[in-house]
Amino acid sequence: MSWYKIGTLNDLVLNSGICAQVKNQQVAVFYVPNDKQSVFAISNFDPIGKANVLARGIVGSLQAQLVVASPLYKQHFCLKTGQCLEAETIRVPVYKAKVEHDQVFISSQPVLAASSVS
Amino acid sequence: MPQKILVIGNGMVGHHFVEQMRGSDQHAQITVLCGEANLAYDRVYLSSVFNGKTAADLALTTHENYQKLNITVHTSQWVEHIDATQKQLTTANGTIYDYDKLVLATGSYPFVPPIKGNDQSHCLVYRTLEDLEQIKKCANDSKVGVVIGGGLLGLEAANALKQLGLNTHVVEFAPQLMAVQLDQQGGKLLRNKIENLGVSVHTGKATSEIVAGEQCRYRLNFADGSHLETDLVLFSAGIRPYDTLGNKAGLTLGERGGIVINNACQTSNKDIFAIGECALWDKKLFGLVAPGYNMARVAASQLSGGDLQFNGADMSTKLKLLGVEVGSIGDAHGATANAKELIYQDPIRDCYKKIVLNESGDKLLGAVLVGDTSDYDTLLQYMLNDMALPEHPECLILPDSAGGAPTLSSSALPDTATICSCHNVCKSDIISAIDNGANELGAVKTCTKASTGCGGCTALLKSVVDAELAERGVEVNNHLCEHFAYSRQELLHLVKVEKIKTFAELLKSHGEGHGCEICKPAVGSILASTWNDYILSEQHVSLQDTNDNYLANMQKDGSYSVVPRIAGGEVTAEKLIVLGEVAKEFNLYCKVTGGQRIDLFGARLEQLPVIWQKLIAAGFETGHAYGKSLRTVKSCVGSTWCRYGVQDSVGQAIAIEDRYKGLRSPHKIKMAVSGCTRECAEAQSKDIGIIATESGWNLYVCGNGGMRPRHADLFATDLDTTTLITYIDRILMFYVNTADKLQRTSVWLENLEGGLEYLRQVVIDDSLGICAELEQQMAHITNTYACEWLRTIEDPNAVKRFRQFVNSPDTDENIVFVQERNQIRPATEAEKSALKYAQQRPIAVTEITQEQEDVLV
Ligand code: SRM
Ligand SMILES: Cc1cc2nc3c(=O)[nH]c(=O)nc-3n(C[C@H](O)[C@H](O)[C@H](O)COP(=O)(O)OP(=O)(O)OC[C@H]3O[C@@H](n4cnc5c(N)ncnc54)[C@H](O)[C@@H]3O)c2cc1C
Ligand code: SF4
Ligand code: FES
Repeated sequence: MSWYKIGTLNDLVLNSGICAQVKNQQVAVFYVPNDKQSVFAISNFDPIGKANVLARGIVGSLQAQLVVASPLYKQHFCLKTGQCLEAETIRVPVYKAKVEHDQVFISSQPVLAASSVS
Repeated sequence: MPQKILVIGNGMVGHHFVEQMRGSDQHAQITVLCGEANLAYDRVYLSSVFNGKTAADLALTTHENYQKLNITVHTSQWVEHIDATQKQLTTANGTIYDYDKLVLATGSYPFVPPIKGNDQSHCLVYRTLEDLEQIKKCANDSKVGVVIGGGLLGLEAANALKQLGLNTHVVEFAPQLMAVQLDQQGGKLLRNKIENLGVSVHTGKATSEIVAGEQCRYRLNFADGSHLETDLVLFSAGIRPYDTLGNKAGLTLGERGGIVINNACQTSNKDIFAIGECALWDKKLFGLVAPGYNMARVAASQLSGGDLQFNGADMSTKLKLLGVEVGSIGDAHGATANAKELIYQDPIRDCYKKIVLNESGDKLLGAVLVGDTSDYDTLLQYMLNDMALPEHPECLILPDSAGGAPTLSSSALPDTATICSCHNVCKSDIISAIDNGANELGAVKTCTKASTGCGGCTALLKSVVDAELAERGVEVNNHLCEHFAYSRQELLHLVKVEKIKTFAELLKSHGEGHGCEICKPAVGSILASTWNDYILSEQHVSLQDTNDNYLANMQKDGSYSVVPRIAGGEVTAEKLIVLGEVAKEFNLYCKVTGGQRIDLFGARLEQLPVIWQKLIAAGFETGHAYGKSLRTVKSCVGSTWCRYGVQDSVGQAIAIEDRYKGLRSPHKIKMAVSGCTRECAEAQSKDIGIIATESGWNLYVCGNGGMRPRHADLFATDLDTTTLITYIDRILMFYVNTADKLQRTSVWLENLEGGLEYLRQVVIDDSLGICAELEQQMAHITNTYACEWLRTIEDPNAVKRFRQFVNSPDTDENIVFVQERNQIRPATEAEKSALKYAQQRPIAVTEITQEQEDVLV
């Protein structure tokens, strides 16, 4: 697995998301520092609203699971697994993320591929 | 053989009978002959048609519904004759029907006094939907209208004429209004109030003839030699039972009309029943719907082997006439021997209350309430249940501040207490509904039907349900979400009292977890309403909901719309040209919104700062179309141009929009200002509506369009501008402080205990002593206003967020537009894949240009 540098911690927004381009893919990167892991990355594409917007959703927790709520229709996607909490069959791709000396790296391929009924 | 039941009349009572009958006998062959063209509708709310309700809104049933219930119904079928020996009847078109049992539910008709000239084209009555059409039509070519009759229905009719824009008069033969229900004092106060609303009242006038008028179509000549000119006459001089059929069938009638019935609702012929307004029981006719429903239940029970009896009915009424609250309970005139009266009169709040007590002063016999009926429910329960009065019964009508009694608690009521008289629901029915699983007000309403008739019992029902739920330990949980065990109002108090400035602080001290998309925007809004900081600053940015997050409304494809403020809808040619130029440069779709401004759609995230930079340079500012905050103040053109306008509505709208722009609130706020009663700005559908009068401004509050429309309530009249603004300041801040998250003012008011009257007390009389604080809070907001878009383009850190990618200048390829009617629109999924298939690049919309780069640095 190769890593792709998207920028520095300064480019991220605290408790919120930004979008990075990783090899032609749109990746939503979230910075939630009060957890063991502080940077999370999932695909930016909302498979329900069919638009590249997940990075612009509100980040929060539901029953101790870190989630982002899609800004379009408010379905929740788990930041760690990409699972949609409202639709069992929908999961968005998840990327690995790490911070080294303030530099932010995202895996160049998703580690968990999306799945959906269709 | 199933029994053949024939029902004549499909009014409110006839319909109720049919439903009850089918409920207790699945097999009976039921046929209904309905004289009107419409199936049963809610006559009680007939007047609401003048407020925009349609015939369909009032309908109590449909043909499909009757079909489902296996009931045959013929509309526009007038029954002419009954042959009781053959058990047959004949309709006006000659059709003959047989019956085993006949039910007469023919109701009554308006009485037109035998005055010479009463049969002319613009002399009308008010009872049916068809009458109403006729009234509307005649009002169209009339300026003045007179209602003959100052009783309950007459005043309702006057209200209708007023709403149709006529200069309205009421002529009453008796020396006072509503002589049946009110005493002299009550009648006098009612008259004053109604006259203040611009309806002229003439009492003690007997109309002798209607002749051609000089200024108007007609002239009414009165017996005392005086006269009145009018274009339209509406008779509302009482009702008479439709009893001619009974006469033809040989049934016993009362001396002054009405078909005589016994306790089983049976007429003098055992196979013929009579119910509703046509029936005479114990020498009494009942002109209200609740007793009629009761008779319908009795007749249905009798016809299906039951033995329910009719034992008379209470004729107490509570209503709102021309916006004036009036209540009459039991022996309102103190006619009982040795009755005692206690009177409370308040010339400041302009209300009159009287209670009638028995000789020993421990039981309530009756009451009259004018101007304030908040005590009605409690008083009615005391009378109906024959309950012993408290030691000082005067506390029942004294205002709370004078140590008045708390409202009657649910537990004090006996289980047999009738809560809803329309549907005959008593307290024990509600208890059993709750025991059977109805765990909130709505569910109780659905399964008992309580409060779905005249609506008069709504408050009482709610208090009974709340008390019963509380007793069962059901907690009505108003926690914001799993992260905060507080209501929005409680959190707002915490924020204020502890001077909390950020979500992180609040979460740490009073919450748990990370928050979510419910509590974050709600707290963001609370912080903004309280401190008015820039919402995209580092500590607030992650709280903002979809639209606030980028100060623009997100569209279905992730692009945005741009809505600059156009206060009051007034815009110069120069500014229109700028909007056009910007739209052209960025290839944006243009649309005039329902809020009197212009919306530019199809802007990409990264284009927003450049677009706004241009708009701001031309003098525009943000329109907050994205915020839970003030949206628009619509205006009509007003006295400046319009030949009817009485005040400068545009100037007022602009001033108000400028004052409240940027105020964050639990939900969005909309306002409008109209220049005269024609109401072209539709102010009565707004949270705050203002309508100009000759001498100032009428203030309407808590209207709503949208999914559950609500007409705004008239809050205060003829205000000068300073008072108007003071009241709006206080109302808005009180709303901001007490409403639930995402609660529009309409729902807020409906849930505010004490309703409109309470709001008036808080805002006008300062009953809570908080007005100074509310004004101060508003002053803080108005003093700290700053255009969010100006702040944003001036702050490189803020602009940085407006990029599709942090690490590349590329744009989102999934945003694709096609052309339609000479403008862009988002491509559909099918169009997108077709385009991709053809290996075409999406239609290029302006790439990031040098200007964008300039803003970025
Ligand atoms: C643009 C506009 C339609 C139009 O083309 O005319 C519009 C568009 C939207 N309306 Fe509206 N409403 C627009 C006038 C209205 C009106 C009419 C009015 O204001 O006179 C109403 C009914 C009046 C009322 O609100 O009482 C209206 C009732 C709603 C509602 C239902 C509110 C309710 O209480 O039931 C929503 C949903 C909500 O707010 O929760 C809504 C929500 C929306 C949103 C913001 C949905 C969203 O979150 O994306 C729409 C996107 C706006 C955009 O992208 O710019 N819009 N919306 C109008 C903008 C007016 C403006 O200049 O700001
Ligand atoms: C404007 C207005 C406001 C009111 N407000 C209130 C209120 O606030 N509270 C309250 O309790 N009551 C109120 N009422 C009174 C209430 O509407 C009546 O008590 C109720 O409608 C009576 O029902 P009913 O079925 O007996 O008569 P109706 O509703 O009059 O129905 C009788 C039906 O029988 C039909 N009919 C008559 N003769 C024949 C025939 N020969 N053949 C075929 N069909 C025939 C008629 O056309 C009519 O459709 C109000 C009435 C009006 C007009
Ligand atoms: S509301 Fe009155 S002033 Fe305003 S445009 Fe209409 S008629 Fe003219
Ligand atoms: S009393 Fe009329 S609805 Fe309940």
